[in-house]
Amino acid sequence: MPDLTGGPAVAAGAAPAVGAPPGTAPAGRWIGQPLRRAEDRYLLTGRGRFVGDLEPSGTLHLALVRSYVASAAIEAVDASAALSLPGVAAVITAADLAGVAPLRGVLDRPEFVATDMPILAADRVRHVGEPIAAVLAESAYLAEDAVELVEVTYGELPAVASAGEALAPGAAAVHEAAPGNVLVDFTPMPTPGLDGIFASAAHVVEAEVSSGRVTAAPMEGRVCLAAFDERTGQVVLQTSTQVPHTVRTAVALSLGMDEHQVRVISPDVGGGFGQKCVVAREEVLAAAIARLLRRTVKWVEDRREGLTAGFQAREQFYRLRGAFDADGRMLGLDADIRCDVGAYSCYPVTCGVEVLMAANELPGPYRVQSYRVRSRGIATNKTPIAPYRGVSRPQAVLAMERLMDEAGRATGLGAVGVRDRNLIDASEFPYRNVMGASYDAGTYRESLAQCAELLGYGDWPAVQARARAEGRLTGLGLACFVEPTAYGTASFGMRKMTIVPGYEQATVRMDPSGSVIVLAGTHSHGQGHATTYAQIVADALGIDPGRVRLRQGDTELVPHGWGTFASRSIVAGGGAVARASADLAGQLREIAAHLMEAAPADLELAGGMAQVRGDPATSVPIGELARTAHHAAHLLPDGLGRGLEATASFDPEGTFSNATHGAVVEVSPSTGGVRLARYVVVEDCGVMINPMIVDGQVAGGVAQGIGAALFEELCFDESGQPVSGSFVDYLVPTAADLPEFEIHHLCTPTPRTPTGSKGMGEGGSIGAPAAVLNAVNDALAQVGAHVERVPIRPADVMAAITAAASSDQSADRKEAK
Amino acid sequence: MKPASFSYHRARSADEAVSLLAELGDDAKLLAGGQSLVAMMNFRLARPAALVDISRLAELRYVRAHDGGLRIGALALHRDLERLTDPGLLAGFGMLPQAARYIGHYAIRAAGTFGGSIAHADPAAEWCMAALLFDAQMVARGPGGERVIPVAGFFKGFLETGLRPDEMITEVRLPAPRPGAAICEFARRHGDFAIVAVAAAVDRDGGVCRDARVVLGGVAGTVDRAAGAEATLIGSSLDADVIAAAARQAAAGTDPPGDIHGSAEYRRHLIQVLAARAIGEAAGHA
Repeated sequence: MPDLTGGPAVAAGAAPAVGAPPGTAPAGRWIGQPLRRAEDRYLLTGRGRFVGDLEPSGTLHLALVRSYVASAAIEAVDASAALSLPGVAAVITAADLAGVAPLRGVLDRPEFVATDMPILAADRVRHVGEPIAAVLAESAYLAEDAVELVEVTYGELPAVASAGEALAPGAAAVHEAAPGNVLVDFTPMPTPGLDGIFASAAHVVEAEVSSGRVTAAPMEGRVCLAAFDERTGQVVLQTSTQVPHTVRTAVALSLGMDEHQVRVISPDVGGGFGQKCVVAREEVLAAAIARLLRRTVKWVEDRREGLTAGFQAREQFYRLRGAFDADGRMLGLDADIRCDVGAYSCYPVTCGVEVLMAANELPGPYRVQSYRVRSRGIATNKTPIAPYRGVSRPQAVLAMERLMDEAGRATGLGAVGVRDRNLIDASEFPYRNVMGASYDAGTYRESLAQCAELLGYGDWPAVQARARAEGRLTGLGLACFVEPTAYGTASFGMRKMTIVPGYEQATVRMDPSGSVIVLAGTHSHGQGHATTYAQIVADALGIDPGRVRLRQGDTELVPHGWGTFASRSIVAGGGAVARASADLAGQLREIAAHLMEAAPADLELAGGMAQVRGDPATSVPIGELARTAHHAAHLLPDGLGRGLEATASFDPEGTFSNATHGAVVEVSPSTGGVRLARYVVVEDCGVMINPMIVDGQVAGGVAQGIGAALFEELCFDESGQPVSGSFVDYLVPTAADLPEFEIHHLCTPTPRTPTGSKGMGEGGSIGAPAAVLNAVNDALAQVGAHVERVPIRPADVMAAITAAASSDQSADRKEAK
Repeated sequence: MKPASFSYHRARSADEAVSLLAELGDDAKLLAGGQSLVAMMNFRLARPAALVDISRLAELRYVRAHDGGLRIGALALHRDLERLTDPGLLAGFGMLPQAARYIGHYAIRAAGTFGGSIAHADPAAEWCMAALLFDAQMVARGPGGERVIPVAGFFKGFLETGLRPDEMITEVRLPAPRPGAAICEFARRHGDFAIVAVAAAVDRDGGVCRDARVVLGGVAGTVDRAAGAEATLIGSSLDADVIAAAARQAAAGTDPPGDIHGSAEYRRHLIQVLAARAIGEAAGHA
């Protein structure tokens, strides 16, 4: 077998940032340096190795016959014409997969209805794009030819195309197990007396906000290559995933194998954003077929499949009421949330992932004392949802921040005043919120103040009025949020999933020449771990980050881990790396102490040397310690040397980054078009291991958030037929549609992690929809209009302006009478 | 998204392309820049049995002045028009580089061709609009030789033209300059097909508008002229009231489709807004 280990071993920091000569950590620390990413040279020069690049000889290409109706009984599948096409090896239907179990995402809680997601539909399809049969052919072209020849006879059934329809009395049931189409109905214990609080509040404000269905659309779609290894009896699945071990678990469960009989390898991955942190049925299918046919099977999702059958997200509806006292302090929050979760429940996080997250995290950065929420997950005949960067928080923040703007108006405090009064103050940390979450310290009020200052909030009314006098409609919008990240097993355990992620493991191994290999259970797919982990190791061991390599993405090679999602890697994975590095540093000091006849406690590792603290003349190269440990272990006492390696784990208790985003927009009163003039981020994620990578994460997230705010939506017609199946209609913003992002940092190191870092991968996408919607509404308020849905389409803005103008006119007419 | 099977033929000259088309029959298609055709083939919306690749015929890539007008080789790239700087070519044709900048993105403009766009006849295509604006003549070469097809009636329906299956466009002639011309578009993203595009041209003599063209893109099965709006402009002084009235007329006569990017009503509104802008800008140049 060729070398299948995940990804090339890359040395980090090969090209240090300007001003940082190689081999020297400015200020004595590599952590905090904006090192250029070790991954970029090979990725940007086309030398990456993705699953799509792999094609062993004899590979069969898999193409799927997918349902083109949203809801139907499958009456017959006739593959005879397809099978007669030369080059077609097989057509697999559900009947061939006896013994392959469906994917079953379960939350063990009474308000959850578990449903199965079949690997191939057997007698019933529930959404357009659902796979019915798999064609295996000698080329991808032939496979698509054959797909056209497979005849499926559908007995069409009524389709439920929206959450509203699904809840209507007498609606068809998507699943028999859930006759009312509610798969999750989450109503955590409400604060007693809430109605009384609302009845006596000085101000009660409301917000009703919704967001369209979107998808992550990673640059690399979903891809997998499955083979059967006759030597070991293993199924070897190479796949574009964020979670290799979880894929192994799912495939083993579904195929009825022990986990060691399944090897999952994930080489370079071109983005995931959550879509690849759940298990796709295509992954299980490819593995099952490889075992069945004893052939290598390759499936490459095309963009049309990605936009119709790939996991989707974010179709949510919020109705919020907030009670405020006369001084603008929030007394109570009452929320009704509906999430359209599509036709199936994804494994392992289930269709409850958005529903629970929305309810749990709605209070956000504010001092919400009383809270009542009902959050429902509603089944429809549409593509299933999965986590997508931010998971519900972009919508929860959208709703809360609309409410705050309304409260600012109602109380006369304005957007900044009312937020400032309700944001948790620095003196209150650690803060236990109304849902029981314990926030570590942050800079909630400070980030708001700084963002407002940067945007010129104080002068804004005058600036806005001047623009108005020139016939321009401009608006300024703010969004404050807290970003709970890096949930550990304790938090995940409360969700009651059948498998509980949270901890992370890493092995740090020094070779005889003094270089280091890190084996990690996280799975970088754009986050730059080869660089950031190297910075952590370099500081601990006193070596150059260029001598540290990362291996990941192979269940046979790396310790068991949960992959990369939920902004967990730099905390959980980085924490494990830091702990293992500290252990290894201790081993090196002991060896040095023995060779130098000094006390280990007196030794420090820096600049590639072990030296007696305060006495640089007395030093030994770390490479010499490594050589001794491996090649001259006879010089060392028992228990020292004989290899140099440490493995550690870290199970975080959760970290809470925070930020304020601000947008300035200009709305065209004649076309309804929205142009972003400025976008400002002030964020705090604690210690930044690599500020350049942090900025990249913020910028990418904001771009996706602006996509959701202004451009992207997966639309369906009333029969559940998707109508945005290509990038002509699914509008991902390009650089030309985005302003410069002005990114600023505050730093509150967290005591909860070995590095002081907090997770921060999702914040960009969380804040942007709210900041943009508030900015557009600030502009529209000048003409008496508002919009309450994202994406904000120009047509909707125009309709709002027109409606406001005509109601204005009719009001004028009434007055004239 | 893999195309159905087809045979591929590379033509070494325009004449060879024409004879290949004749030989291969009605299911053969010309491949120029491939910016529309290849995407349609990948979606299997187009399934030509054969492709005749003319993309390397350097003889058809030119933009030349001729007798006051412009002759554009069928394989002139969008980018060639975008980068038109020669004052001898640009005079009276400033609308062309303006329109080119609306076409897709750099990579598309560096591959797509002027003639390919005309032959494809997308109702939102800038070059089809320009053809109506400049009273273009299409030079079509077939087995029986060349003929010149006037633009009136050339665009017959959605992706449908007056070309015969065995003919290829070798050149597009714009017989006369129109200094007073402009194009305005609205799309949700930079580089997208316009939700609505309006091009306008006016000729002014003294204070009076002698001739006018108002061309709509993206609102019907083909690019089309707004005859009512043109009539309103002709003979007028092109003052603001007249332009507003013409813009209203341009919108009133249309029945645009609605889709996820905007309703029919919104598109009609955009026609009016963009027509006023385009006519106003054209009048400013005239």
